[in-house]
Amino acid sequence: MNEGLGKSAALHVGLIVVLAAIQFVLPEYHQGNLARIMVLAGYAAGYNILFGYTGLLSLGHALFFAAGMYGMGLSIRLLDAAPAPALLAGLAAGAVVSLVIGVLALRTAGVAFMIVTLMFAQAGYLTILLMGAYTRGDEGFVISQAQRVMWGIDLSDPVNRYYAALILFAACLLVTLRLLRTRFGRALIAIRENEERARMLGYDVFRLKLGAVVISGTMSAASGAAYGLLFGYAGAGFASVQYSIFPLLWVLLGGAGTALGPFVGTLFMFYLIDLSSGLTTAYMLVAGVVLVLVTLFAPQGLAGELRRRAWRWLP
Amino acid sequence: MSLLRTRGLTRRFDGLTAVEDVDFDLPEGQVRALIGPNGAGKTTFVSMLCGRIWPTCGTVEFAGRDVSALPAHKRIALGMAYTFQITSVFPRLTVAENVGLAARRVRLEGEGARLAQALKRVGLGAHHKALAGDLSYGHQRLLEIAMGLAQEPRLLILDEPTQGLTDAEIDAFKALVRALKAATTILLIEHNMSVVMEVADRVTVLDFGKVLAEGPPAAIRADRAVQAAYLGAPA
Repeated sequence: MNEGLGKSAALHVGLIVVLAAIQFVLPEYHQGNLARIMVLAGYAAGYNILFGYTGLLSLGHALFFAAGMYGMGLSIRLLDAAPAPALLAGLAAGAVVSLVIGVLALRTAGVAFMIVTLMFAQAGYLTILLMGAYTRGDEGFVISQAQRVMWGIDLSDPVNRYYAALILFAACLLVTLRLLRTRFGRALIAIRENEERARMLGYDVFRLKLGAVVISGTMSAASGAAYGLLFGYAGAGFASVQYSIFPLLWVLLGGAGTALGPFVGTLFMFYLIDLSSGLTTAYMLVAGVVLVLVTLFAPQGLAGELRRRAWRWLP
Repeated sequence: MSLLRTRGLTRRFDGLTAVEDVDFDLPEGQVRALIGPNGAGKTTFVSMLCGRIWPTCGTVEFAGRDVSALPAHKRIALGMAYTFQITSVFPRLTVAENVGLAARRVRLEGEGARLAQALKRVGLGAHHKALAGDLSYGHQRLLEIAMGLAQEPRLLILDEPTQGLTDAEIDAFKALVRALKAATTILLIEHNMSVVMEVADRVTVLDFGKVLAEGPPAAIRADRAVQAAYLGAPA
């Protein structure tokens, strides 16, 4: 068990070190891509806490991502807040929204849970459109370069932005890994594996699941807030159903219930679309075929397959 | 003093009354066997004790406290443990992780020792690294029991623990129950009469959801009404 812990630490710290170093050699285009991927991988990591480790399939995570993005963005736009408190406002918005949604949606399970989360997210999306006076609806609003200087660091600068994204991603990864070492994290896995058994071992299943929703939602919100701040834009599109499906897809592809999976899946999906759209206008067809192949030959996702075949210790 | 007490405990499923008006007293330190033909309501009865299902009416008292309104996890926190009739382990986790999850209330530092002891007591010590789903059926039953032991409960409810065990494993189980007797009160649903006769202090017979008889094993064996319920012979 300890041997696995050492390997896991080496692998994950190694990934962060590689990501930190690779920045020096990457062309600007890929540097920008990778910054985006790391922020979105943070979102996927948040999704993975709920889906991969607790076994709850939400179709409404865009609501949490958007809660963070708008919590941050609106504090800057309406209250003229500095970036740091604006980020905190985004986190707080995500925590509150996920707590409320969790209390309501966790009264259901299975397909009903999927539908209830989807409906809440759609209600959130429509609210953003309706409140157009503040949110500028579909069009969204820009956060200017001057508003994105945090503690004297200009986050619109590509290198600064890259490292900020890396810090966010590393934090999400470490929170996930740390969580898995706690009793709480192990209880979440117990719920995923056999909820009734977990209940009859004395676990308060509702509270544990609520905790998972809040951690997952807050991590998603942190990524939404960071995305808005780093790329200088908040728009209703990020609250649409598409952004609820993305993290599910990334996590499934990368490997649900693996700490590495969200990053692997996001990276893979991003470049799959990027590369295939360079080849043909029918790039979604190419992406679709590749997705079908991955699902057929690596049903547990890329990192999940790696764990099954070689690295049993992968957390 | 009774560790467990029920009064008027009843459960109806639509038109069917699975358990009807059961008054049941289990003194601390006793090994009680609960027997009865298939469909007599044994599992329904113990499920109401530990809060897995809610009674239609009636009360459950545990350790002098009315727990009728408490959800399962709170009753288990008070010292009940329940092992499932249909094996219900965490198949994709290791044996050690399964027992670790059961030893929920132990601080992590103390967990290793408790875990090793529980596995050793049921004879699964050598399998702690195996995935629970890869164990044979009999070994999964033993793992269930180990998960019950790891909780160090005041009341251990075992639902047909010897089902699917080999003769040697059943002998080991009998010895285990005798060894546990000093520390734990045990309520045992059991079909294997040799287990009932050898380990139980008293036996309660359920039939059609009602208590048909209760007494020491020898008296129950001789009871004509019990024989009739099991064998269908006229009483």
